Amino acid sequence: MENFNYYRPASVDDAVKAAKAKPDAKYMSGGMTLIPTMKQGLASPSDIIDLGALKNSGIAVGATVVIKAGTTHAEVASSADVKKAIPALAALAGGIGDPHVRHKGTIGGSVANNDPAADYPSACLGLGATIHTNARKIKAEDFFTGMFSTALEDGEVITAIEFPIPKKAGYAKFPNPASRYAMVGVFAADTAEGPRVAVTGAGAGVFRASALESALGKGFAAGSLTGAAVPAKGLNSDLHASAEYRAHLITVMAKRAVDAAK
Amino acid sequence: MDNGTGIGARVKRKEDHRFLTGKGNYTDDINLPKQTYAYFVRSPHAHATINKIGTSKARNMPGVVGIFTGEDVAATKLGGLICGWMIHSKDGSPMKAGPHPILALGKVRYVGDHVAVVIAETREQAKAAAAAVEVDYGVLPHVVDVADAMGHKAQIHDVAPDNRVYNWSIGDEAATDAAFKRAKHITKIDLVNNRLIPNAMEPRAAIGCYDTGAEHYTLYTTSQNPHVARLVISAFHGLAPEHKLRVIAPDVGGGFGSKIFIYAEEVVCVWASRFVGGRPVKWTAERTESFLADAHGRDHVTHAEMATDADGKIIGFKVHTKAAMGAYLSTFSSCVPTYLYATLLSGQYNIPNIYAEVDALYTNTAPVDAYRGAGRPEATYVVERIVETAARELKMDPAEFRRKNFVTQFPHQTPVIMCYDAGDYAATLDKALEIADVKGFAARKAASAAKGNYRGLGYSAYIEACGIAPSAAVGSLGAGVGLWESAEVRVNPVGTVEILTGSHSHGQGHETTFAQLVSDRLGIDINNVSIVHGDTDKVQFGMGTYGSRSGAVGMTAISKALDKIEAKAKRIAAAVMESSPDDVEFKNGTFTVKGTDKKMAFGEVALSAYVAHKFNSAQVEPGLKESAFHDPSNFVFPAGVHIAEVEIDGDTGVTTVVNYTAVDDFGNVINPMIVEGQVHGGITQGIGQALAEGAVYDKESGQLLTGSYMDYQMPRAADVPSYKLGFTCTPCPSNPLGMKGCGEAGAIASPAAVMNAVTDALGVVDVPMPATPHVVWKYMQHLKKAAE
Repeated sequence: MENFNYYRPASVDDAVKAAKAKPDAKYMSGGMTLIPTMKQGLASPSDIIDLGALKNSGIAVGATVVIKAGTTHAEVASSADVKKAIPALAALAGGIGDPHVRHKGTIGGSVANNDPAADYPSACLGLGATIHTNARKIKAEDFFTGMFSTALEDGEVITAIEFPIPKKAGYAKFPNPASRYAMVGVFAADTAEGPRVAVTGAGAGVFRASALESALGKGFAAGSLTGAAVPAKGLNSDLHASAEYRAHLITVMAKRAVDAAK
Repeated sequence: MDNGTGIGARVKRKEDHRFLTGKGNYTDDINLPKQTYAYFVRSPHAHATINKIGTSKARNMPGVVGIFTGEDVAATKLGGLICGWMIHSKDGSPMKAGPHPILALGKVRYVGDHVAVVIAETREQAKAAAAAVEVDYGVLPHVVDVADAMGHKAQIHDVAPDNRVYNWSIGDEAATDAAFKRAKHITKIDLVNNRLIPNAMEPRAAIGCYDTGAEHYTLYTTSQNPHVARLVISAFHGLAPEHKLRVIAPDVGGGFGSKIFIYAEEVVCVWASRFVGGRPVKWTAERTESFLADAHGRDHVTHAEMATDADGKIIGFKVHTKAAMGAYLSTFSSCVPTYLYATLLSGQYNIPNIYAEVDALYTNTAPVDAYRGAGRPEATYVVERIVETAARELKMDPAEFRRKNFVTQFPHQTPVIMCYDAGDYAATLDKALEIADVKGFAARKAASAAKGNYRGLGYSAYIEACGIAPSAAVGSLGAGVGLWESAEVRVNPVGTVEILTGSHSHGQGHETTFAQLVSDRLGIDINNVSIVHGDTDKVQFGMGTYGSRSGAVGMTAISKALDKIEAKAKRIAAAVMESSPDDVEFKNGTFTVKGTDKKMAFGEVALSAYVAHKFNSAQVEPGLKESAFHDPSNFVFPAGVHIAEVEIDGDTGVTTVVNYTAVDDFGNVINPMIVEGQVHGGITQGIGQALAEGAVYDKESGQLLTGSYMDYQMPRAADVPSYKLGFTCTPCPSNPLGMKGCGEAGAIASPAAVMNAVTDALGVVDVPMPATPHVVWKYMQHLKKAAE
């Protein structure tokens, strides 16, 4: 790991100021991806701005579920309010990484990083969440712009994620056998505006599976997905799974997500 | 003795408290005054000439103490790495061993090959400066797959123009061909034994230091056999004579074979210390370096044919194997696919005619050498996969086909050198069938099918030869060393005991098991026994730990030394108690004189031995210390039957090992808890090979694609079931303790059991390992299309 400067600002404003002052700065909100990446020499930011001192964690459930950016996966997984309002979201958080990761990693960090195999982006897109930042509110559709890239501007920091409460929703993950990241993760939700299906791990970034959504239009049941498929073209193909296998797994995992939905 | 800590007791491991509380003393825990840090410049290419190495920029980097290249090493006349087992080809020619300099000279031959070393004040400085070393490479064609290596245009060593190290054979080809001519049925199979990366928990590490005053070297290193390391570094590298070189292998966190070998990095550290003013030079492998540069295991491509007669008896077996050696011949690499492999091709069966031919081939990959089981897992895989396949083709029950062909008379001389001394294979099979509830399998399979899943059952009736090994026998087969073991028993004046052993514990629990033997024999508290190992200044000589040898060979040496202790203690006790040594008896820690009430406790005799007031020192020497060397008269032959039951998810191809039964015959067992732990670990490693692990080099680029845990799948606790174990016992006749060996059995047996179950589930002849979900899904697709 290369040397870097370390800041631990106490307010969002200070954090943004610090980030804007250093062109090669990185926010850290848990560091569960950033630190391993730095250790491997894949990232060597000049400055680390640790958002841990913002104490920006907590969950508020009303008409929507609002989770502050600094909330750990373990807090989301164990929240009675989340379990009641969107059980699939709590279950998803409980399946991220391992206990160490779940107690250090945060929802804001995960969403900002937009790892193409991360779990949370599929919940954001699958539920039609809104990403709150220090400057604005961004719809999930507009937020995730590609592999590790988002609509966040330089220095812009996520403050909270707001999830509409669906009629029911489920998440099913097929983990990469080695890394245990999602090789295919499908979040399926029956929402006020109709069925939504978001897929992570299978492509260059999280995406909605329109073929599966329209199939579920016949009824939000696994049986509706029989014969429905996402085309293999454009999906990831690597050592662990061909694009064809991923396409197959998307339908299988979508069925399991719908079966598990509550 | 019946104190709960003797032979057969489930004594908790004495060493675990320090390991589990973080108080172990591993090489990387050791820091010496004025220590420097080494970082290696490694080849990014699979095969290239080195045109020029530019070090001037790096030398000016902060903290740099020294930079050395292959030319610097050559200038000091330090010899290259060796392969210690000479194999001759069928035509009588010696194996073609290319040079293996400790830092590359003129050429690199795999990604990760050691090119230069940078030594600096800190590890970070060394790493930064290493990145500034400029190497001008001329990229050459490469070959990474053993199947393609023979005669490939990528010529890796000048001495082997076709990349072939040797073409070796064993058995009677003509007799085997004749058996095939009269066969009723011939079963054929093509198998790949996938390349594995060892992944010891502790990466390799070394600290080399040169005492400029005493002109003496010390090397702390992660070794399974520090004495062999000293011997090789002294006699073959020529660094220093043995009395001027001390090798210390402190706590070592796992090896699985990978820490047997003498590697470049460790030799470089101890060599380079002299050239940085005697400052200690430390190196600890990063995990990526472990992936790239630890010796890998397995990597065989095999075609096998088995001939059976009308009665279902096996009458002939023919095997041809291509075995990858990697880019260089590692320390014991040459014996793995020959004498550790083909000599086990008879399995548990009475096969009158066997012929095997092995082509060992260079590839542009990390060297391949012994890895848990070393040759025997590969042999078991071939034997047990083809036996299962033959049974299926003959429409015979696979268990009964095995039983029909089992060796039942002992000793049994196989056609491939080994002479099995004892066993009862039918008894282990019967017990395994019962524990695994094979009778209930059909119902379980139907229940799986009802859910759309595939369930399969697979057997593996393995045998292995361990307790390595009779010195004269291995010498006649080309080994450069003898494989005896030594022990020294030092009884202190207060009756506590230190056992010095030439074996080495790196997870096996010797500190407990060996102490149990001593506690049992001398009738003393197990806490009064210390096991000393891993330091050439303390233990005079030894051959280390591998090949499940430390019980059968190492403990037998201890037992022989204890015999001498007992004999001498009796003479001292007799003198003190004024009687004849012949009348002194020793039992439960007490010396008594027959027909009298005279007695002395062991501790009293020990004290008398050192006080030496009460006996004639001209007749009995003072002191109580004895040593012994034990050279085994035969290998030992653990054997057993393992049964795997798998369920394959019909939607995803995920294979779950739902039941796993292992019944093993290890002869007499010292500590059943430790033995069960060894079996659990071995089976898990084998399940890893079958379903998860596989090193993949990219054909096009020669890069290791599985260079981290992101892509190399290790088995996890959640991936394996709770194992059902059983034991049978035929004591080993060739050692006084009747012990066989248990360290490798699980890893030897389980890949075949699991893959027989997977192929049974899918109704196919073969699925390549590792049978990952993607692979299995592909085989399911094939079946589904065929069914349509």
